[in-house]
Amino acid sequence: MWMLENAFLIPLIPALSFAVILFFGKRFIGADRVHVIGITAVSLIWVLSLVAAFQWTQRVEHPSPDAIAQISADGHGDDHADDGDDHADDGDDHADDGDDHAGAAMDSESGHGGGHSSVLISPVVTTYSKWWSNGGVDFAVGTHVDGLTVLLLVVVASISLLVHIYSTEYVKGDRRYVHYYAFLSLFTAAMLFFVMAQNIVQLVVGWELVGVCSFGLIGHWWEEKPNTDAALKAFLTNRVGDIGLLVGMIVLWGTFGTFSIDGINAAISASPGTQHLALLVAACCLMAAVASKSGQFPLHTWLPDAMAGPTPVSALIHAATMVVAGVYMIARLYPVFYDGFSIGTSSINLMALIGGFTALMGAGLAFAQWDIKKVLAYSTVSQLGYMVMALGVGAWTAAIFHLFTHAFFKACLFLGAGSVSHAAHHTFDMRKMGGLKKFMPQTYWTFVIATLALSGIFPFAGFWSKDEILLGAKVGQQNGYPLMLIFGCAVAFMTAAYMTRVVWYTFHGEYRGHGHPHESPKVMTVPLWILAGMAVVGGAFNLPGPVLEPFGLEGLAHRVQTYAEPSVYLSGLGLSHPDPSLSMALIGLGLALSGIIVTYLYFWRKMGPHGLTERNKYAKAGYTFLENKYYLDYLYNDIIVASIKKPIANGANWFNQNVLDKAVNTAGESARDSGRWIYKWIDQGAIDGSVNAAARGADASGEGLRTIQSGKVQNYGQLLFGAAAVLAIVFVIVI
Amino acid sequence: MLLNQFLILGAVLFCIGVYGVLARKNAVMVLMSIELMLNAVNINMVAFGFQHEVVSGQVFALFIIAVAAAEVGVGLAIVLLLYRNQTSIDVEDFDLMKG
Amino acid sequence: MVAQNIAFGIISGIVVFSALRMVTTRNIVHSALFLVAVLAGLSGQYVLLAAEFVATTQVLVYIGAVMVLFLFGIMLTKAPIGKSMEMTGTQWPIAAGVALMLGAVILYSLIDQFGSDRLTEGGKIYRTADVGDEVFSTYIIPFEAISVLLLAALIGAIVLARKD
Repeated sequence: MWMLENAFLIPLIPALSFAVILFFGKRFIGADRVHVIGITAVSLIWVLSLVAAFQWTQRVEHPSPDAIAQISADGHGDDHADDGDDHADDGDDHADDGDDHAGAAMDSESGHGGGHSSVLISPVVTTYSKWWSNGGVDFAVGTHVDGLTVLLLVVVASISLLVHIYSTEYVKGDRRYVHYYAFLSLFTAAMLFFVMAQNIVQLVVGWELVGVCSFGLIGHWWEEKPNTDAALKAFLTNRVGDIGLLVGMIVLWGTFGTFSIDGINAAISASPGTQHLALLVAACCLMAAVASKSGQFPLHTWLPDAMAGPTPVSALIHAATMVVAGVYMIARLYPVFYDGFSIGTSSINLMALIGGFTALMGAGLAFAQWDIKKVLAYSTVSQLGYMVMALGVGAWTAAIFHLFTHAFFKACLFLGAGSVSHAAHHTFDMRKMGGLKKFMPQTYWTFVIATLALSGIFPFAGFWSKDEILLGAKVGQQNGYPLMLIFGCAVAFMTAAYMTRVVWYTFHGEYRGHGHPHESPKVMTVPLWILAGMAVVGGAFNLPGPVLEPFGLEGLAHRVQTYAEPSVYLSGLGLSHPDPSLSMALIGLGLALSGIIVTYLYFWRKMGPHGLTERNKYAKAGYTFLENKYYLDYLYNDIIVASIKKPIANGANWFNQNVLDKAVNTAGESARDSGRWIYKWIDQGAIDGSVNAAARGADASGEGLRTIQSGKVQNYGQLLFGAAAVLAIVFVIVI
Repeated sequence: MLLNQFLILGAVLFCIGVYGVLARKNAVMVLMSIELMLNAVNINMVAFGFQHEVVSGQVFALFIIAVAAAEVGVGLAIVLLLYRNQTSIDVEDFDLMKG
Repeated sequence: MVAQNIAFGIISGIVVFSALRMVTTRNIVHSALFLVAVLAGLSGQYVLLAAEFVATTQVLVYIGAVMVLFLFGIMLTKAPIGKSMEMTGTQWPIAAGVALMLGAVILYSLIDQFGSDRLTEGGKIYRTADVGDEVFSTYIIPFEAISVLLLAALIGAIVLARKD
């Protein structure tokens, strides 16, 4: 179990690689060879994460006594607060959370009959000496490794490795080659740091680090204005969500008095429902963060624009890894959301609704895009919505499994799109493609395999994970989520349809571009084939039992579930799994197939109402609506930002011009006028002199008020200190 | 010795510093008056540290000295820049801070 | 204790007198020299408060370094050296009023709050070594932050002041 306890090495290696590339890359290694360092580092962590994954499976299958969470009822007093030990304290610290709820878990499990793991394995939490302490609060730093972590480790390391290799060709000769590889390394390090965060402070740090890398890589070609705009948009949209993240984390800390993820989860699952209000607030705040990072409605608008970055970056960051950070955070702090949104008992909740709606919306938008990367980006939005929806209906394992499979086939699609663009003169416009099948067969076939996987066609990876999500929505925990089931089914159909559209426009028909497209070199197609291979067999990691029974391999069923799930706090919630259902699988498959067939008939056989959007004004209006992305960008930029920015500036100006100046002027003028009026009408003789004096005094006071705004620092300083002194006097008198 | 001896000394120096900041025309002298105010605060730090028998008072006094050194450096650079651009460091000559 | 009180009285007298002269003198170089006197006096007060390291630092940093900076500043800005009628602005009565008001409220609060609290006698004395220990253990992060701040100020000052 050495690797699990020393998991800090995994983010450390790419971090070192980042430093080496940045500081020594250009001078000592040569700008065109820096990828050697990056690839070496990432290969190393790929091996290490496989070792970690293997050791975790060993820990689950042959648990040592200290790894098993004890389900006996003793030692209630342990508050799981992190005590900042210098050594590994796996096991006993959080051994007793299951307690009485584990029994409930068993009961509900028998009700559903799914394969709930009966052995609960505690995560390996290693805490290094405290990072710093402030006001009596200790901030620790450490690693938290469990099944979920190792799964993410493997995904991130694998895709990062393939993207590193692919990039050697794709960004060859780029003007900022060194910068590019340095950021890839930094991103890998940040993401790995994020997934093995021991406490929520580390979670925030990792979260922001990946955000910075995303910003740097989206704006990689910053000479062009749209790229910098996209980078800024991504960064600023994420800042909106970060406020939610910080507030949510603070609420969690205030409620439980610990930063430790393990401590928070254990505290919630030990006594569910006692902190419902605080958890509801925290969950809503964190949901905003998830919406920004994982591209959920209404903060998804940055993700399609993020396609301005180099394509391998899109594959790595904006499809496979960083954007799942939000999903990962939900899974990591699942008890917070489970309790906060009452996932177990409700039949609709904010998270499921946001996820389901995002899935539907993203799929709708994908139809109206001509940029192949934007189609894939909206597809990513849609699939992330799927994962969030799955988490929202309580299908934890299904969401994680979908994250796993999606990472591979979406990376394959993006790299495929990159390959196409590499061949077809760096365009991503599908109107300038077409007929590329015969020029680039390798890209074509990998793209088709990934498309089938994304559409959820048997037996590709997406089929299995999507099926589990639909099933989870149907059965739910205690209640089903009928609305989510409808959303899920609609998205299944739409996904298949829009992906078929992409395949048609890109690879079939006549070539509409210019020049001679060519197949990409091996260094790009080999990663494609590896990813396509994963898209084929990825589903095998969590096959349902009945499928394997005829082959006598029942023991291999539900591997993801077996290894990722048996952490203590999830069973404390009493999570259950629905039975595999053939009918549900057939419905999902049928929807996907019909999506493909309808689109096939539409494009290949020219059936159906072509040119509908030109003829029918309703269809045209709908298309325009989709093409303009539901006008959300207009809402944000022109209405919200403008309505906030302009009135404030105008208001300040108006206040200055009209209120301040006018008050001074009117004070002076009206006093002068009234003085004149009195002078003229009331008395010119007896009190003449006093009236004159009054008028002059008012005039002078107006002038005096005017001089307050002198523009001199010292006058302002006098006002500042004088006002402070007056306030202090008031306080002294009052208190 | 009374605690108040030191605190009152600090208060008096602070007020003299405030007067200097508000009344002096030469920007360098304004900066010097700010130093006076910072030192007045330092006395309080050290006096309270002594009173409560903690070392933090001295530590923070040191930090304040360090920050003051940084402030003087940047402040004088700004004054120099002003002088170069406006050929004057009379703070009454600068009245751009108005709408 | 009497000796310390006498020392406090003498030094305070010098300090307050020098401070007053500093903000009223018409000669800017004199003003700077009065500031030196104030700083040196305060260094003496630190010694009375058993803060030897702060006292040393006060002399080294303020009198040694900051004052030189000020003198350079005076020199480079070609301020009129020697008597100048216009060292105090026209609004000095307002400034004096503000300062007096501020002083009154602070003094009232201090006397009200700490009336006749005596300083702890025979308490623990923190020597330079203790201060060093504290800075490099508890306050190591603020210390590093200060280092970065000084570096930033250094670069900032160069960028601001260089001619180009």
